[in-house]
Amino acid sequence: MDGMALALLIDFGSTFTKIQAIDLEAEEIVAYAQSCTTVETDIMVGLRGALDLLPARVRNSAFACKLSSSSAAGGLGMVTIGLIPELSAEAARRAALGAGAKVIKVYAFRLSAKEIQELESLNPDILLLAGGTDGGNADVILGNAKKLALSRVHCPIVIAGNKVAADEVNAILSASGKPTLVTDNVMPEVNVLNVEPAREMIRRVFIERIIEAKGLKRAEAFVEGILMPTPTAVLKAARLLSQGTPREKGLGDLVIVDVGGATTDVHSIGLGSPCQAGVIFKGLPEPLAKRTVEGDLGIRYNATSILHLRGPERLLRNASLETDRLAPKIEALCRDVEFLPQTEEDMQLDLALATCAAQAAMERHAGTIEAVWGPQGQYYIQHGKDLTEVCHLIGTGGIFTHHPQAGLILRKTLFSSAEPFSLRPKQPSLYTDAKYCLYAIGLLADRYPDQALRIARKYLKKWEAPL
Amino acid sequence: MIPGQAKKTVVLGVLGVDAHVVGNKIMAHALESADFKVVNIGTFSSQEDFIRAAIESAADALLVASLCGHGEIECRGFREKCVESGIGDIHLVAGGNLVVGKQAWKAVQTRFLEMGFNRAYPPGVSPRKVIDDLKHDLKAS
Repeated sequence: MDGMALALLIDFGSTFTKIQAIDLEAEEIVAYAQSCTTVETDIMVGLRGALDLLPARVRNSAFACKLSSSSAAGGLGMVTIGLIPELSAEAARRAALGAGAKVIKVYAFRLSAKEIQELESLNPDILLLAGGTDGGNADVILGNAKKLALSRVHCPIVIAGNKVAADEVNAILSASGKPTLVTDNVMPEVNVLNVEPAREMIRRVFIERIIEAKGLKRAEAFVEGILMPTPTAVLKAARLLSQGTPREKGLGDLVIVDVGGATTDVHSIGLGSPCQAGVIFKGLPEPLAKRTVEGDLGIRYNATSILHLRGPERLLRNASLETDRLAPKIEALCRDVEFLPQTEEDMQLDLALATCAAQAAMERHAGTIEAVWGPQGQYYIQHGKDLTEVCHLIGTGGIFTHHPQAGLILRKTLFSSAEPFSLRPKQPSLYTDAKYCLYAIGLLADRYPDQALRIARKYLKKWEAPL
Repeated sequence: MIPGQAKKTVVLGVLGVDAHVVGNKIMAHALESADFKVVNIGTFSSQEDFIRAAIESAADALLVASLCGHGEIECRGFREKCVESGIGDIHLVAGGNLVVGKQAWKAVQTRFLEMGFNRAYPPGVSPRKVIDDLKHDLKAS
């Protein structure tokens, strides 16, 4: 291995610690291993377990860099607070999602005593406090700061609301001993979204404070740093793949569907402006890099939730299974979340669950068209992103790595003429993250953007239509 | 604007299923030139869109345009909704082609004032007149 520039990329996942060794010169993945995450005891035990599975020549190499992401210990749990649910509260929610967080709860308007009590019991890792445009409403964010100051909330509070009130909000919270950070308003004007500064601040808090609080600090002696929550790494990879670098062309607008055991994430890169003439966009503009998380769609922890949401008929349409065996098998999956498919029937069930989860997550992520009538005739109003013209759709997560029919899952998430008002991708090229390397690409994106992009393109598996 | 005095904020938009955008753009430009802070929510805006924007921006006035003739129907209950939303005292202005057909303006104006609008304007009113009234009403000059 002498002379090789190896990068070690680690994902401390909620269940498994996964590692990739990537040769940056040959631009190849040279080894992959995984072991159980051991955040409850010592995070290094699981990491060492995974490292031991690497070939000795790789394990004993001098790595050019050792970078990691984490979604261990429950991920990054956040609560967001804004003023109007559709405006600053929604902007704050989108900022938190884009920062890789699991948004536990969104509050709007003045916090009630009951809500403060609930907030204390939710015990988030970070609280994002927004409300009011710059120069707009200051009373609500100030009132909420006073209530938070008197509360038992101890987590870091990122202040990203009305800039006119920000200093006073900061003073109120700091005086009561709350750790605070001030950043730009997530919605400086009505219907103007400004989520990047808040996302960056959340990432800083994650690195500086959350890593230690979650018992991940020990790993930092081995790696150079736990740089970001894992979903952020995937979103970074999505951005790199879409936009490219000054020297390497990107793919253009794309969507990534990440089906996991507990949640299904969808990432889209693109403006999502109306593609058809005569369609008018309304509402808060969409972020260029958008992430949504569906907490009720996961093919292990939330398998029964998928069954209840989509119904047995829909599940059976996506798999050859006997009807009476469906419910007991799904309940068994919920109990044994580390279960790996053993039989053809298990494989079929995983495919059906993943298809239903991906379909529902895509429906929720994509924008919609509403037809309205006025005195001058019919109009079409668009809410959310129009993804119909997106050129590339990528699947990631365990099922897309292992399942021989994984491309089918993606195909079933596409636009349907039966539901013309759901703006899902129409004819994208389909790819799967067959080596589960997108998180690693995201980790490499800042330091080795050109190599990272070429490696991602090399290892994405293309599925030719028709499947 | 008087030095040191904050700009007055107005929310401007076209109410209901109404695509008339030209007057909206002209009015936004005229108000900005007259030193107002304009939050323009554009066409196809509901009463709720106006109210949400007003609360976030702590607006001083709502300037509601309706060009399609359905203003009388679309504007009903607007003041009551403002009251419910905690901005009951906000200055409420309506203008455009507010009613169907040719009706005596005085009667139309009375109807809108009774609905809780502070001012209502007939078709063809000049932006200057609206701005002068607004400055007087909000004491912005």
